[in-house]
Amino acid sequence: MDDAKQLEAFEAKIASGAKIEPKDWMPEAYRKQLIRMMSQHAHSEIVGMLPEGNWITRAPNLRRKAILLAKVQDEAGHGLYLYSATETLGIDRSELLAQLHTGKAKYSSIFNYPTLTWADIGAIGWLVDGAAIMNQTALARGSYGPYCRAMVRICKEESFHNRQGYEIMMHLAQGTPEQKALAQDALNRWWWPSIMMLGPSDDQSPNSDQLMRWKVKMESNDAIRQRFIDRTVPQADFIGLTIPDKDMKLDEKTGSYTHGPINWDEFFEVIKGNGPCNANRLKARVDADKKGAWVREAATAYAAKRSKEKLVA
Amino acid sequence: MTLQEAKFEYLLRLGDSSLIIGHRLSEWCGHGPILEEDIALINIALDFVGNATSLLTYAGQVESKGRDEDALAFMRGEREYRNLLITEQPNGDYANTIARQFLFDTYMFFLYEELKNSKDETIAAIAVKTHKEITYHLRHTSEWMLRLGDGTAESHERLQNGLNDLWMFTSEMFEMDEVDAFLIKEGIVPDLNKIKANWEKRVFEVLAEATLQIPTTTFKQKGSKEGKHSEHLGFLLAEMQYVHRAYPRAKW
Repeated sequence: MDDAKQLEAFEAKIASGAKIEPKDWMPEAYRKQLIRMMSQHAHSEIVGMLPEGNWITRAPNLRRKAILLAKVQDEAGHGLYLYSATETLGIDRSELLAQLHTGKAKYSSIFNYPTLTWADIGAIGWLVDGAAIMNQTALARGSYGPYCRAMVRICKEESFHNRQGYEIMMHLAQGTPEQKALAQDALNRWWWPSIMMLGPSDDQSPNSDQLMRWKVKMESNDAIRQRFIDRTVPQADFIGLTIPDKDMKLDEKTGSYTHGPINWDEFFEVIKGNGPCNANRLKARVDADKKGAWVREAATAYAAKRSKEKLVA
Repeated sequence: MTLQEAKFEYLLRLGDSSLIIGHRLSEWCGHGPILEEDIALINIALDFVGNATSLLTYAGQVESKGRDEDALAFMRGEREYRNLLITEQPNGDYANTIARQFLFDTYMFFLYEELKNSKDETIAAIAVKTHKEITYHLRHTSEWMLRLGDGTAESHERLQNGLNDLWMFTSEMFEMDEVDAFLIKEGIVPDLNKIKANWEKRVFEVLAEATLQIPTTTFKQKGSKEGKHSEHLGFLLAEMQYVHRAYPRAKW
């Protein structure tokens, strides 16, 4: 079959709602775009372990410590199966990690902000995981089988994370005045980065018809952002916290909240590497990789010795 | 000494050791040598925190002075902690962490195997759950002992150094005092001499297979039963307890 015919069959398959699987024919642009998106998602999971891991040793009680450990373990697991899913596109994990370490590959802008107090752990679960779920439930309906299946599982776990984050915030907001101040401060610092992490507004990020048609991209950034805002504002009201946006108001006609201007300059600075923690996050990953090199070499050497013994025996 | 006092003291020893080694393992989060190990270490840390929670909850009930697991974990100071010295030693490199974990997991495996037969039903129930978990932990650390011991020259040297450095903390695991004597007589806890024999046999087998030497250090460290720790514990507790102590009336 020539390329034009294959492309036609590929697009027809996607239009019918069927999934594309690793051994199916796919256009190079589709493969490249998926590698970029999926590895960026995987990198976000493992870089995201750092700001949250930052508070495991200081969690305020044993129950919170256990929940946070379980959550960060989930994130590491997401990273692992997203790397595995990306490998089905013909690239291996070491190459993907090299792209992260050299700065060629990106990860979510949100993890370049610091976790300054315990309340930030609540804010991340509630806002960051909440925003991620909005994006990921859409992606679960995409066209690439391994990514969709990973996303279904990830979304289930993320909704637990989202609830535990909100539960932390609720306890703080209903706690002592000092605790409530911690919660409001965390919301003030994480609100704008959370709505920015869903990506540039549609006028700055035109979605190509092709990516939509190929079901790589399912919804526009602004549409996802609006859904996240509409879901989150009443949750803040319910626990008595204030969204740090004086222009935020409910549009009675649409039932949606309108928001004030987003500081996109800040977003693009963070993306470029100039956020508060970009250098630290990348350094932590590169250091872990370097310090672990001799461990991985030992494991490889040991496995080679054992398989040689098997051959002799 | 009453039975209540002896049980409380023993539960602190068990619970504190799990809590402190769980804390040390959790420090690896996000910094492991490979993603699979990050997952494993967090998972194991979580098991230890869970085990510590059960033991400290029960300790508080036995004590009957209104202290729950959080009061015991977060409101006791350095001299009141009863964890084994080996558990508070810093992580060092990955070989050092694996050596520490292997020595402690082997001890815990044989100890909890016996605690399953405790005449105290709560201790026996906790031991049944914990022994299942520790069986996996020990398999994990034993496999890494082989990989690092019999991997490359560098990994062998690092692991041997780790073992040599930690060896002086191992005999403390088998020290017994009047608390042990009291509870052994009641059929609640095992005689640690039995654990020691099993521990030595298993440790020596794994070291031999991993082409490692049994350390020759004869110098021994002890003191945890009287709350005499290394300087490392104070920093660990300062970090672990600060949020809890900074907001005295708060619920989380």
